[in-house]
Amino acid sequence: MTAPIETTGSVAEAPPEAVLAGASAKQIEGRSLGRIAWERLKRDKVALGGGIVVVLLLLVGALAPVLCALVGQEPDIFHTDLLDASLGIGTPKGAFGGMSSTHLLGIDPTYGRDIFSRIVYGAQISLIVAFGAAALAVVIGVLLGMAAGFLGGWVDSFISRTMDVLLAFPQLLFSIALVSVVPTKLFGLSGSGPRILVLIFVIGFFGWPYIGRIVRGQTLSLREREFVEAARSLGAGRVHILLKELLPNLVAPILVYTTLMIPTNILNEAALSFLGVGVQPPTPSWGQMLSDSVQYYTVDPAYMVIPGLAIFITVLSFNLFGDGLRDALDPKGN
Amino acid sequence: MKAGRVRPAAPTRGGRPTAGQPTAVLLYIVRRLLNVVVMLLVVATITFGIFFLVPWLQHTDPVLRYVGKNANPVAIEGIKVKLGLDKPIYEQFWLYLKGLVAGRSYNNGPDTTWCPAPCMGISTQTQTPVWGQLTGDFPVTAWLAAGAATLWLVFGVGTGVLSALRKRSVLDRVTMVTALAGVSLPVYFTGLVTSALFVYNLGWLPESDPGVTLADDPVAWFQNMLLPWITLAFLFAATYARLTRATMLDVLGEDYIRTARAKGLREGKVIGKHAMRATMTPVLTVFGMDLGGLLGGAILTENVFNLHGLGYDALNGITKNDLPMIMGVTLFAAFFIVMANLIVDLLYAVVDPRVRLA
Repeated sequence: MTAPIETTGSVAEAPPEAVLAGASAKQIEGRSLGRIAWERLKRDKVALGGGIVVVLLLLVGALAPVLCALVGQEPDIFHTDLLDASLGIGTPKGAFGGMSSTHLLGIDPTYGRDIFSRIVYGAQISLIVAFGAAALAVVIGVLLGMAAGFLGGWVDSFISRTMDVLLAFPQLLFSIALVSVVPTKLFGLSGSGPRILVLIFVIGFFGWPYIGRIVRGQTLSLREREFVEAARSLGAGRVHILLKELLPNLVAPILVYTTLMIPTNILNEAALSFLGVGVQPPTPSWGQMLSDSVQYYTVDPAYMVIPGLAIFITVLSFNLFGDGLRDALDPKGN
Repeated sequence: MKAGRVRPAAPTRGGRPTAGQPTAVLLYIVRRLLNVVVMLLVVATITFGIFFLVPWLQHTDPVLRYVGKNANPVAIEGIKVKLGLDKPIYEQFWLYLKGLVAGRSYNNGPDTTWCPAPCMGISTQTQTPVWGQLTGDFPVTAWLAAGAATLWLVFGVGTGVLSALRKRSVLDRVTMVTALAGVSLPVYFTGLVTSALFVYNLGWLPESDPGVTLADDPVAWFQNMLLPWITLAFLFAATYARLTRATMLDVLGEDYIRTARAKGLREGKVIGKHAMRATMTPVLTVFGMDLGGLLGGAILTENVFNLHGLGYDALNGITKNDLPMIMGVTLFAAFFIVMANLIVDLLYAVVDPRVRLA
């Protein structure tokens, strides 16, 4: 009854040789869109490299405490004995910001905290906020985008206008203002918990119109297709059409845009932390380390480069993987 | 991408005026301008609503932002009345909107301050009208945006087109790798690194001084703006190179390009006249949104390079809890975003003759 994902027009339009190109064509076999995409992705070395780094980063974020225990460092221990006080502000002894076998990436000025463990915990914060915000944006975007595209009429007008208004907001300004006014204690949580929740909410809330527009457009064109007509004529209800007919066909664009939304979210989180309204010290975050490093640049340039590179590598690998995924799922590609 | 704005020719409600009909275009513009007003009204309402809730959530009296905590109660009451902070929220909002259109007089009898239209309230930090401060700082942001936009359009679109025409060449690969790195580098990192390198290590440029203006000292002003222009443009040029290349490759596969070539048209004309027009449509969309967004304040760039434009005002307003200032910059920025979108839609009809205004 349902239109399985592999038999919709998008794949039928792909040239047959594209479908066959992956295998040695011993025998003709039906393949799902997922399988075709996977085979294309496997051949895209750059995207695969990005994907591997992404997986590694996720592991780093998830296993932050374990990793820190392995190297025997904690993010909040002051190693003031390793600081050189001769300049008055406490600069790390040794080359490259005090890099050594115990402190892999050195220690930060003034406090002497281990940078490696702060980067690792920073990755955790960054990824939690980026994934949380992306999840929120996808849920709102898909729900409202599908509702707008499928129901049409005043529902569509209302949702579309709402998206227009949100896109007209100066988003960064508004995020900063919103984040900075929310109290530090929320729902009985204290520490960095409330701030993380607020960051997820604000970034996700301003992110959903982008995905909402795409889902609306796709739904609008899909609902006129024959397989939806067929399902309807067989007596399928609205819920069935939405969940079993339309949603499976929306999975590919949703997946691609979510992957590409995550690096944007990471940049946004880092930007807010850079401006001083992200997670609050002593909880480590990349943006906050970067803005901290400005005052020490003349004596400790390594401290500026490390968090910047962490942001760069993370965002780049998500972008590479997202680009590859988009090409792999593109029915027009070969 | 390529068919984004092209609409089918089927008649719909209201008809579809073509770009060639002046009255219809005028009507379209009027309707869109009305839409702009409604959008700004919604943005203003939401902003006002949220930031009215803030003092209430924090249990503070907004008047204390103007006078400080140790002023005597009579003085506080006087200022409260003068600024209209004793009135209910809807009345305050109404007065704010009225002030935007007709100007506003703050008075509590003997003490009167006139805030000329468009009045966006009085800044709690400087005690002067927000509008004057915003218009005073706007040139910094405008010059930053204009210089960067010129650079990124020339380099971004230029390299994008070259990459598309020399697909898979060394140039193409180098450009695309650089572009991908460019979109993954945040401006607050490249900005810090370049200024550290060129100002501190190499000493090629003097330390930035927010007080320098174009009229006073053009050379120092140019040195001040050079790095902000380049770093900001690098970020955007990367996006534009990728977008232009992808669109151009799409367009070059179109039938009408083949037709043009089959007719014996010179390659330069095929690319320059036929392919470029269609390529510019999505580039224009993104450009409008980017420029509109930047004109409302490049918060990160201005922060990194210590430029006192609208982004600086915004950040300053937020850290000092200056609600009228936040309101002002938000409205200012929203105005540019909405207007940029309107202008882009109008320009579509010029760039792409297939587009009809509706």
